Amino acid sequence: MFDLQGFGPMLLLGAWMTVQVALTAAFFGILLGLGVALMKLSNSRIARLLGDIYTTVLRGVPILVVILLFYFGAISGVNAIARSLGHTQFIDLSAFVAGTAALSLAFGAYATEVFRGAFQAIPKGQIEAARAVGMSRFTAFRRVSLPQVWRLALPGLGNIFLVILKETALVSVIGLEELMRKTEYAVGFTRQPFTFFLFAALLYLAMTIVAMVVLQQLEKRANRGIVRGVGA
Amino acid sequence: MNFQVIIDSLPRLLNGALVTLELVALAALAGFVLALFIALARLSRNPLLWMPAYGFIFFFRGTPLLVQIFLIYYGLSQFPEVRASVLWPVLREPYWCALIAFSLNTSAYTAEIMRGAIQAVPRGQIEAAMATGMSRLTRLRRVVLPQAMRIGLPAYSNEVILLVKASSLASTVTLMDITGTARTISSVNYMPVELLTTAALIYLTINFLLTRAFKVLEHLISGETRAAVNDPLMAAGLNTPEAMKKIQVK
Repeated sequence: MFDLQGFGPMLLLGAWMTVQVALTAAFFGILLGLGVALMKLSNSRIARLLGDIYTTVLRGVPILVVILLFYFGAISGVNAIARSLGHTQFIDLSAFVAGTAALSLAFGAYATEVFRGAFQAIPKGQIEAARAVGMSRFTAFRRVSLPQVWRLALPGLGNIFLVILKETALVSVIGLEELMRKTEYAVGFTRQPFTFFLFAALLYLAMTIVAMVVLQQLEKRANRGIVRGVGA
Repeated sequence: MNFQVIIDSLPRLLNGALVTLELVALAALAGFVLALFIALARLSRNPLLWMPAYGFIFFFRGTPLLVQIFLIYYGLSQFPEVRASVLWPVLREPYWCALIAFSLNTSAYTAEIMRGAIQAVPRGQIEAAMATGMSRLTRLRRVVLPQAMRIGLPAYSNEVILLVKASSLASTVTLMDITGTARTISSVNYMPVELLTTAALIYLTINFLLTRAFKVLEHLISGETRAAVNDPLMAAGLNTPEAMKKIQVK
């Protein structure tokens, strides 16, 4: 159906980069989301305010703008520091770092809300029981809340991952050679935009399907031993 | 931060905001109408209807919007038939291509929201409507859709916010929306941080106002539900379909 004119391996290489960007963003985004969720649930007013500002801004601004801001902002920041240190050459920041950082921040903002809901879904009685047997607040968090949060947050995190996987295409705008960028090269060479963009679309679909299957398995694993209510 | 640059470029950025709002409004409108048909097709038992609807939704929700825009803007020109057709003056313009891509994309998401909302209308009400002799269309118009609208509105307001953010991709096909204007100006004056930050603030403002507007709309169309606060069943939280089921079982 598709005559890729020898561009197949290059596109697959791009797809591999897309997967790497998405997984890296998911890793840092989950850590970030967990941290900010705890800030939002804490008693400190400042921590809550900072958490609120973070999620409001990152969820209200297009990811494309965040990516561009990171790319250009970090470049001018790094170069300003380098200049003040007597460095005269222009330093280019890797598109991978800027793009992944922006996507991690976006992932983290959505993950914050998911984790917050997950922590709140843990029955209060369990924490009280843990405290009653003499666990410190931190031990109760580590031993009782945290192991359950993963299970409760997984469906929400999975949805965010599927969104971020598609948003990685935007990193091509700052020149990272992921699937979209590689496709543009192939289009420039072959003058067959429809064939190649459609092929890229199908690769994204395939990645989405694989991600969905993996997430399903993860959910199954996280829910082992849990008996679901018949009515629920 | 150079504030003079921000003040100087604000008029052009706000002009870009008009382009963004226009794209969002038109795409939301076209997407909504299209979604209604897709959702109904998706809910149909006829495989000739639900299978294409399912495929459409799957494709547009499973691929990046950027690919969809490029497929329409760059992709269609691959075919000489398209270039020779009467539609070419439209499909040649980045504005229309972006608008078509946004409309199709949002219609896929909106169709799923509508499907969920339509299915959430309690079965008993539809049976009651059938029992009083309403036709399929009357049932849809008088019973199902008004309630589905209420159920689906919160999710739909999220979708519109997502559309505002997604519209920033118009800048990738040279349109001068908020992001496009910020990128163009900063490519001339080399002040990307100032311009992109201002662009971000404009998006935040738009989304904040939209969220508020939808809250008001939700309040307006939930009149009857709010009046039911005086209803003892409602006060006890027993008027939900699940609670009703439990009461019946007992």
